[in-house]
Amino acid sequence: MTLFILLVGSLLAWLTLVVVGFLTIVGLQDGIFWLLTAIAIAAAVGVLVLQDIFRAALSLVVSFLAIAGIFVMLSSDFLAVVQVLIYAGAISVLIIFAVLLTRDVGQGNLSNRRFQFPSAVASVLLFSAICFVVLKTDWILLEDVVPSGTMTRVEEVLTSTPQWVAGLLLREWVLPFEVASVLLLAAVLGALALVRER
Amino acid sequence: MNLERLLIISGILFCLGLYGVLSKRNAITVLMAIELMFNAVNVALVAISRYVAPQAIRANPLASTDEIVQMVLSGQVFAIFVITVAAAEIALGLAIVMTIYHSRNGIDVAAGNLMKR
Repeated sequence: MTLFILLVGSLLAWLTLVVVGFLTIVGLQDGIFWLLTAIAIAAAVGVLVLQDIFRAALSLVVSFLAIAGIFVMLSSDFLAVVQVLIYAGAISVLIIFAVLLTRDVGQGNLSNRRFQFPSAVASVLLFSAICFVVLKTDWILLEDVVPSGTMTRVEEVLTSTPQWVAGLLLREWVLPFEVASVLLLAAVLGALALVRER
Repeated sequence: MNLERLLIISGILFCLGLYGVLSKRNAITVLMAIELMFNAVNVALVAISRYVAPQAIRANPLASTDEIVQMVLSGQVFAIFVITVAAAEIALGLAIVMTIYHSRNGIDVAAGNLMKR
């Protein structure tokens, strides 16, 4: 028992050392960004690989939270809050309820044997196409176009986005905003009509 | 935190989701993979609107700060709409999955052939 605690403790110490060393080498912001990215991608892989569907759903929640962190680093704090509330809160609860209400949990997270290889090929092809397009495109960045004084002002304003997002949502995009509420109402009614006891 | 890095991360997440959608047999896992794809698209939307100069700014680099901020944030507004639609989609999708489960006693996507003649 003591040996086990010692082992885990030394492992944790090594892990902290590695993480701290990594952060000091690449800088705090970049380091946190890479950590969040690694967590998001590893959790996404976990959704596909884990055999227990319940664990896959929990892994999906971890992925959502890491992506919320990436949103924070992209100076979109309101979106990060929405992500945590709706994805990590509501949608994951729905998924976990559905997992628990169906008896197929015991069968595990099976793959369709016939489609496994073709779909892997399709994903890899799509990914290489995305990489090609992203790296070949000559992106015209905002900071190259706008004068640097204005850019620093913009960065300052972007430290707190909710008031600006509210202005955009309720002024320029007010029609889609209202249509979205109708869509949600229709979805809720449709879901109720589908699962109602007959 | 440059643009290419973010877009490639979003591409990785999207392709993982695509693989899940195409290859998994459990309908709930398929829905989870679709959620992953939605998230990847959101990351790409926010990253592009954050870093790329829109046409209007390219034509008029001396636009006011307010205008630039609004353009930079439009990707976030798009992402909020995507999240709304994803919420509606998952509610309906899970309702359909439950209905199939009750009528067929299973949610294997490969076994769903109700509309086949």
